[in-house]
Amino acid sequence: MTELRDFSIGYRENRLLERVNASLDSGCLTALIGRNGSGKSTLLRALAGINTRYTGDIIIGGRNLRKMRPQELARTVAFVNTERTRISNLRCEDVVALGRAPYTNWIGHLQDVDRDIVARSLEAVGMSAFARRSMDTMSDGECQRIMIARALAQDTPVMLLDEPTSFLDLPNRYELVALLARLAREQDKCVVFSTHELDIALRFCDSIALFDNPRLICATPAQLKASGDLERIFHVPDRSY
Amino acid sequence: MRRTPAVFVILAVLAAFLFCLDLTVGAVGIPLRDVLTALTGGDCPPATAKIVLSIRLVKAVVALLAGAALSVSGLQMQTLFRNPLAGPYVLGISSGASLGVALVVLAGVGSSVGVAGAAWIGAGAVLLIIAAVAHRIKDIMVILILGIMFSSGVSAVVQILQYISREEALKTFVIWTMGSLGDVTASNLLVLVPSVAAGLLIAVVTIKPLNLLLFGEEYARTMGLDIRRSRSLIFLSTTLLAGTVTAFCGPIGFIGLAMPHVTRMIFNDSDHRVLIPATMLTGASVLLVCDIISKLFTLPINAITALLGIPVVVWVVLRNKSITT
Repeated sequence: MTELRDFSIGYRENRLLERVNASLDSGCLTALIGRNGSGKSTLLRALAGINTRYTGDIIIGGRNLRKMRPQELARTVAFVNTERTRISNLRCEDVVALGRAPYTNWIGHLQDVDRDIVARSLEAVGMSAFARRSMDTMSDGECQRIMIARALAQDTPVMLLDEPTSFLDLPNRYELVALLARLAREQDKCVVFSTHELDIALRFCDSIALFDNPRLICATPAQLKASGDLERIFHVPDRSY
Repeated sequence: MRRTPAVFVILAVLAAFLFCLDLTVGAVGIPLRDVLTALTGGDCPPATAKIVLSIRLVKAVVALLAGAALSVSGLQMQTLFRNPLAGPYVLGISSGASLGVALVVLAGVGSSVGVAGAAWIGAGAVLLIIAAVAHRIKDIMVILILGIMFSSGVSAVVQILQYISREEALKTFVIWTMGSLGDVTASNLLVLVPSVAAGLLIAVVTIKPLNLLLFGEEYARTMGLDIRRSRSLIFLSTTLLAGTVTAFCGPIGFIGLAMPHVTRMIFNDSDHRVLIPATMLTGASVLLVCDIISKLFTLPINAITALLGIPVVVWVVLRNKSITT
């Protein structure tokens, strides 16, 4: 379980979140939803341990994120950012194998156990056939899946993704989010991703964290639809005159 | 794992062969047998022994080490800054070292430790500036332009220093700027060999961090990398490698930029477990070739590394069409 305790983030004149208490469950897919600049990425980066400029605490599995050493952090949280990562001359299985970095020795030598996890991670995202291919000849969706396999190989209870659907076409978006939901449930992970696609979030996610700055509304899709918060926050002013 | 071991063996044999070839080439024609006799300490004319041992052998060792050092340093910069056009020369690291050397040499102090120390300080200072800027600005072009501006600025300052300095010191410095493997004395090696060896050793220690940095700093951190520690080690290594070589051989361009690309192409791999040892071998081999050519045609080594390196750089630029983004 991932908890935010008395969590505040943002600059002085622009508090994005103020004294938020929330918890994100394992085995659930959670979508972060909010308007541009509402702090979706900022929260994800705080959860990933990259952004430490917040007050309050992030507790994962009973441990405070701030007190974790880099290696423990890497065994707790995996992150996939918005960058279109493409490393030439590196085969997909080597990319995924780097996800084992928190567990391997000084030079990154893979044990049998690591190789097994790499193979299973590729299989979980349906990319086993691409193991020996290099990323520079692959589509955005395929690269995205490889980066997710890399995060899976990290074998963490929490997986975070920053706008994973943004470079994908519609069928790929649906497929990807369905994949995330399956991974969360099958591997009992806490999977959190930010998105602008309300319909996808409402359809596939177990819970939704809606940014109503400086509050964070956590609810199930059904509760959220009934509450009217979505209309209030995403209200488009009537411009007809 | 594929054909990698075979390629390594071929490269190692090639480097050894070029090293031996380098010993046989020079201004004075010495028969191969006499070269061998001199090397093994056998009976041969003292002049021959002197030429082979204190000139050619030293020069070949310098070429071997300088080639390996500059290439590894280039590889580290390319991965750390995620910039295919990075290298000790392009980023101005060699210029920083030059400025340090200029201050020391033109002031008339010439001890090898002093020159090396000045070069290390100069190279390290430039690295810190680049890192500070690169941290804020992710644009590759900005970093490159900064490096070019820095090099130009340094050469302007050096020109002013030359203008006001004594004739004797000036001559020493101007010759140094042409880049030469031959001005290194056996006693210089006492500083050069351990410094480069230390730099290369640290480079080996940073293999895993470099692999993680392929994804960028953000990913590297989430995969458990202690960024600050790794970056310091990589900087220390590059400063030792590029700084030392620049101190003793002058600014040698293009090797550091071109050889990592050639190596990636040969091995078709970006894994630093392969690339670090491989660039050492390719870098050393190519600088030995450059040295042999420079001796055969009595040309400055800088001109040859440039002529060999430029096509590689052009190829990288053309292939990497998205380089500005």
